[in-house]
Amino acid sequence: MQLLMFYGFGFFALFGAIGMVMSRQPVMSALLLIVNMFCLAGLYAQLDAHVIAALQLIVYAGAVMVLVLFVIMLLNLREKQGIVSKHQVALQAVGISALGFFVTAIIARLEPGKLPAAKEPAEGFGTMAAVGKLLFTDYLLPFEIASVLLLAAMVGAVILAKSKV
Amino acid sequence: MPVPLNHYLILSGLLFAIGVVGVITRRNALIVYMSIELMLNAVNLTFIAFSRHLGDMGGHMFTFMVMAVAAAEAAVGLAIVISLFRTRQTVDVDDVNLLKG
Repeated sequence: MQLLMFYGFGFFALFGAIGMVMSRQPVMSALLLIVNMFCLAGLYAQLDAHVIAALQLIVYAGAVMVLVLFVIMLLNLREKQGIVSKHQVALQAVGISALGFFVTAIIARLEPGKLPAAKEPAEGFGTMAAVGKLLFTDYLLPFEIASVLLLAAMVGAVILAKSKV
Repeated sequence: MPVPLNHYLILSGLLFAIGVVGVITRRNALIVYMSIELMLNAVNLTFIAFSRHLGDMGGHMFTFMVMAVAAAEAAVGLAIVISLFRTRQTVDVDDVNLLKG
């Protein structure tokens, strides 16, 4: 059952990713990337990372992709025709197959026996309480740095996108 | 039957490869940006898979930080794309060659 769900989510994630790279229209690319992110959220939930799965849906598929779609629709883009875009589909197909084969070959050489054995997760693994506790004890400094980073990014974005000073 | 770790690593590697191909072959700055997001997501999947395999929640924290950085990157990156479009009327990365020697 788990394996079946993995293959389902994995297939649609790959479908979304390949479609995103190959699609001619930016809006279609963004929608296919959202499909990919939904599937990844499903995989995270399957891996007991419930908080991360929810965050993936809210932050990535929700906030970030809505922002991207908004900018795509604001700019009303057309793809430039040229030598690269004429052979682009073939180039992408060859590139994805070659790199994909390379990566798969490397990972297939990895011997599972040499890895540490799989552990059963502790009680409450990946729940909001466990993540929050870890975030405010062991990882407090990165958490605070992330908040400063987000503040800086917010100010920077406003200044960059403002038309007149 | 639980899914072996290798399967997750291969899926994540394939997603990363697709993202690399997207960055290399596409010329639209927004598609390049989305491909970078795809690569970040592939790395997140590796973090979560190893986190589950080793029973250690450190990977969740790294994924959390990657998401925070990606959100900041989205805001700043898209602001740069908008101001670029305003000055040059294009988002084609080949046309933005002012810094080329």
